[in-house]
Amino acid sequence: MNVLKWFKAKISGPDFLLFVTVVLFVVMYIIGLIVYSGQGFGKMQTFMNMLIDNAALIIAAAGMTVVIITGGIDISVGSVVGLVCMMLAFMMEKMGMSAWTSIALVLVFGVVFGFVQGWLIAYLKIQPFIVTLAGMFFCRGLTAMISVEQIAILSNQTFLNMAKKNIYMPFGAVVNKRGIKLYPFIHPNVVIALAALLVIWYVLKYTKFGRSVFALGGNEQSAMLMGLNVRRTKLKAYMLNGFLASLAGFVFCLNTTSGFVEQARGFEMEAIASTVIGGTLLTGGVGTAIGSFFGVMIKAIIETYIRSNGTLSSWWNKIVLSALLCFFIVLQRVFAIIRSKRLK
Amino acid sequence: MKHNENTLVKRITGARLFLPLVALALVLIVNIIKTPTFFNISIQNGVLYGYIIDIINRSSELVILAVGMTLVIATGGIDISVGAVSALAAAVCIRLLGSSYDAYANPMFLCILAGLVAGILCGSFNGFLVAKMRIQAMVATLILFTAGRGIAQLISAREIGGKMVSGQIIYVRMESFKAIGGFLPKVVVPTPVFIAAAVVVLAYLILNRTALGMYIQTVGINSRAGRLVGINSTFIIFLCYAISGMMAALAGIISSSRIYSSDANNIGLNMELDAILAVALGGNNMAGGKFSLAGSVIGALTIQALTTSLYAMGVTADQLPVYKAVVVVIIVSIQSEELKGWIRMVRQQISAGKEAA
Amino acid sequence: MDKDTVLTMRSIDKVFPGVQALKDVDFTLKKGEIHALMGENGAGKSTLIKVLTGVYLKDGGEIRIEGEENPIVNHSPEEAQRNGISTVYQEVNLCPNISVAENIFIGRQPLLPWGAVNWKKMNRMAEKALAKVGLELSVTRALGEYSVAIQQMVAIARAVDVEAKVLILDEPTSSLDDNEVKKLFEVMRSLKADGVAIIFVTHFLEQVYEVCDTITVLRNGELVGAYEIEDLPRVKLVASMLGHEYDDLSEIKSAAAETGEVDETDLVLEAEGLGRSGTIKPFDLKIRKGEVVGLTGLLGSGRSELARLLFCADRPDHGDLQFKKSPLKAHAPIDSIKQGMAFLPEDRKEEGIIADLSVRENLMIALQARTGMFRLLPMAKQMELAKQFIDTLRIKTASTETLVKQLSGGNQQKVILGRWLITNPEFLILDEPTRGIDVGTKAEIQKLIVRLSEEENVTIMFISSEIEEMLRTVDRLCVLCDREKTGELKNSGIGQHDVMTAIAGGV
Repeated sequence: MNVLKWFKAKISGPDFLLFVTVVLFVVMYIIGLIVYSGQGFGKMQTFMNMLIDNAALIIAAAGMTVVIITGGIDISVGSVVGLVCMMLAFMMEKMGMSAWTSIALVLVFGVVFGFVQGWLIAYLKIQPFIVTLAGMFFCRGLTAMISVEQIAILSNQTFLNMAKKNIYMPFGAVVNKRGIKLYPFIHPNVVIALAALLVIWYVLKYTKFGRSVFALGGNEQSAMLMGLNVRRTKLKAYMLNGFLASLAGFVFCLNTTSGFVEQARGFEMEAIASTVIGGTLLTGGVGTAIGSFFGVMIKAIIETYIRSNGTLSSWWNKIVLSALLCFFIVLQRVFAIIRSKRLK
Repeated sequence: MKHNENTLVKRITGARLFLPLVALALVLIVNIIKTPTFFNISIQNGVLYGYIIDIINRSSELVILAVGMTLVIATGGIDISVGAVSALAAAVCIRLLGSSYDAYANPMFLCILAGLVAGILCGSFNGFLVAKMRIQAMVATLILFTAGRGIAQLISAREIGGKMVSGQIIYVRMESFKAIGGFLPKVVVPTPVFIAAAVVVLAYLILNRTALGMYIQTVGINSRAGRLVGINSTFIIFLCYAISGMMAALAGIISSSRIYSSDANNIGLNMELDAILAVALGGNNMAGGKFSLAGSVIGALTIQALTTSLYAMGVTADQLPVYKAVVVVIIVSIQSEELKGWIRMVRQQISAGKEAA
Repeated sequence: MDKDTVLTMRSIDKVFPGVQALKDVDFTLKKGEIHALMGENGAGKSTLIKVLTGVYLKDGGEIRIEGEENPIVNHSPEEAQRNGISTVYQEVNLCPNISVAENIFIGRQPLLPWGAVNWKKMNRMAEKALAKVGLELSVTRALGEYSVAIQQMVAIARAVDVEAKVLILDEPTSSLDDNEVKKLFEVMRSLKADGVAIIFVTHFLEQVYEVCDTITVLRNGELVGAYEIEDLPRVKLVASMLGHEYDDLSEIKSAAAETGEVDETDLVLEAEGLGRSGTIKPFDLKIRKGEVVGLTGLLGSGRSELARLLFCADRPDHGDLQFKKSPLKAHAPIDSIKQGMAFLPEDRKEEGIIADLSVRENLMIALQARTGMFRLLPMAKQMELAKQFIDTLRIKTASTETLVKQLSGGNQQKVILGRWLITNPEFLILDEPTRGIDVGTKAEIQKLIVRLSEEENVTIMFISSEIEEMLRTVDRLCVLCDREKTGELKNSGIGQHDVMTAIAGGV
């Protein structure tokens, strides 16, 4: 009886979608352990690789969470990531700038770009998708203007060291055939990603700005009547997201160590999908950064499945992810209908 | 006298198609200054040849897409999946045609029909999510925006060593298919131009010989009032997305015919922004309501002219989006009520200042 | 300023383009009183409140509040709040997605030394704030999980917690059931005991007499008067709201208000137990062919709601409806339209005109919808009909292709009326067709109603706030009060007084 009550409370609560996500993640992980154990799915390093491969997505999804909670959307993040990679590669390889200056510059660019988009959305009240759609094409085109050719980062040792450095875990060692203990490792990008995730979680939960983001996502009109500065909050949200998108670009670049025009195409979609799968309501007002993290991890598991399977092509990644996105969107809608009926 | 002139000028500048036409004229004038031979048309190898012909020819797909997008935007929505749906429909069509040198695997007519049906299905999927499930148009069409090309890749499968391998570029070897994106025998005008013109005329007839045009505008302007006078807005919205899907499919098939193949990665690439831009340039309200098909067509031509001229100036295909994005932002900013309000306020302050002085 | 007085507003003026919304209005509020602010549509209640809460800037007059030397000017709701004036609106203006505690404290959360929101402290404070309004609930749950009544209470708790001297409750009871209203009243009384002054805006007379001490009545932007509750019986209140002198109660010819039986021959519409929870209680209604039936009642009494159910603009959730002797199972307005109904909605802008379409298109759209999408009415016929109705209704428009939004309000209304007349309806529902339009047009519409019913045998349901106008046109009046159909009056020799008595609940 108690279980039923608890379950009912869960369903009506706003964190039900997060609950579904976490359960889905656990179930998918267990299925992976059973079905693909032969391909090394159970190894600690497999899990670490998921983190390494998706570090940038974790950051971008956290930023997307903030924007979607305000009731908006940002489809420019993928192209910002692509542009940032190109900028880094160009500045370090062609202009000989130091790694730190380049990184600082791209982060500043991200904030400025976020400011422009946010201003158009918050102060001119243009629909977010039109602004960010334009932003997406703008950055993609700008990338091509810097260089149509691929630029690989080969000479900047600071950057390459940052990219390749292995940080070993103190646990989960496996002994290989030669009897050497191998500890699972991660790269610095994972540390940056998890730190960013924690910061966003903190910002959303514990700062006045974060709480205002939720309030305006719930009901913009009310938020205004309650004395919150809705426009400025929105602008800040897009600036924060712009910063995170450029940070994600930097982290992405640590993995690819190069810049080219087509880089990170469709990345915005992955960020949106992860966020939605992670329990953030597209209508705004509900969501957590942690949920989006789980969303990313679910996407990572799907990829690992498809890779482990061997016979499925990589296009399945996008198809399955879209199907999952579709499923969650419809689920959200159904819940919204049930809830409004219940309150009647 | 002066009063009369004023009203005439006002009537001209106030006309709906004034701005789109000015934009088009501007692009053309810049071109003719840079390239005096711009308007020259000649006949080479038995077909028409020249910059203008090229622009009209290449804009065909965009015109077709813009027709569908105009309707979707008029209902207050948006469809960002058109590029991906183009690729998907092209893949279906080409896969069914096969790449034999001797004969089509299936009759060409049926293959094209299948491609169109695939497009309609995609559009219906979008329409169902938007009209029935009431999911934001942007998000609903995002699903196919992502999945569409993946599915197209899967469909583009070819037998290699006794196994079907997907993600291939399938080439059609038969000449008759190339005619769709090229020329019909003994006709000097490119076929896509005919198709685009037919689509526009047909759309015009359907919108103006049935009540559909009036219904779509009503839904976009005031759907509550529409409901009270007996209009089923759910169905109307659904229909618009289905039409948009079909238009995307048609554009995709033309594109694939131009390159005799189904290239899932490149067919319809970036076309969603161009289509939205065409609608915006055509003077249509991006928030829905009144629409002008002619405006969108002019918008599409303008964009193609812009694209062609930028190519001519040495801008690469990859860099184009920068200019287009800037144009979009300027257009929607001008439409913004907030900006208009600010300008009004500044004007009032200025005139108040004058009075005080 | 008097010692007991919390708030005075003197000679308040507010002008909107073309309308004087408030003219020389005075308002005085005493400490610890519940003060009803009453008036019909357009009386200026909400304008007065918005001036007080800083949503609008006043154009003249002054506002003084206890404890301030100088007159105050509120530029925003926030500033009004700082001056001790808090408001709870009809629609709960809180955020359903965040917790109860946050809704009370957002924007002014208690912080920890390093700037983080102190959730624990905030939740404790929220519990205390809620206790003040006699509410005990889990403050960490999302507000949206609670009923509208509770949300309303939370809104009040928020308003009170900012140390309000003046609490404005703007139609807080519209969506509450009887028990919830009772609870709200308890809270109001305990706040009153604490010395809070409350301005209570409501349409429900019952409630006014239950909790209020004082009543201020506005009409057409002007002050009618402020009364102690004992000095203003219901009928008099209704009279002053509707704009009539009502000096002597003995004048009422109560017997004249025949609640006569309906002649049951030739019925065109029969509703039995028709209702929709939350909007109107089940009612019975029979209407004969060619009859003009008026619906009367104060704003919010359920007039429009009743009409909307008949047309299926809102779907009824119980009861039966027979139209032309057969059950009408409508799912959407189109079904009713096909049966010969027509409905002119109350809200012209939101539900009536299709602003960016031409006069011709606005006129034709209903007939077109009935004819079907694929059978477009030929342009020649459209022009002919449009011109014909522009002529007969004397619509002032430059051409048939002028956009309807460029017309004046009265002409827009005529276009919508024309839209339905073109469909040759058998049953025409007119919800406030004469509101906000000039006197000449008003008279035209009234004449038209009479002509349609007499010459063309059209059955008409007519809703208006002006009793005079109704008495001139209708055969029978249905009286509504507090979302319930309370009676019927035959229009034979009855006067406005009788109608007002009925509205006030004296049938």
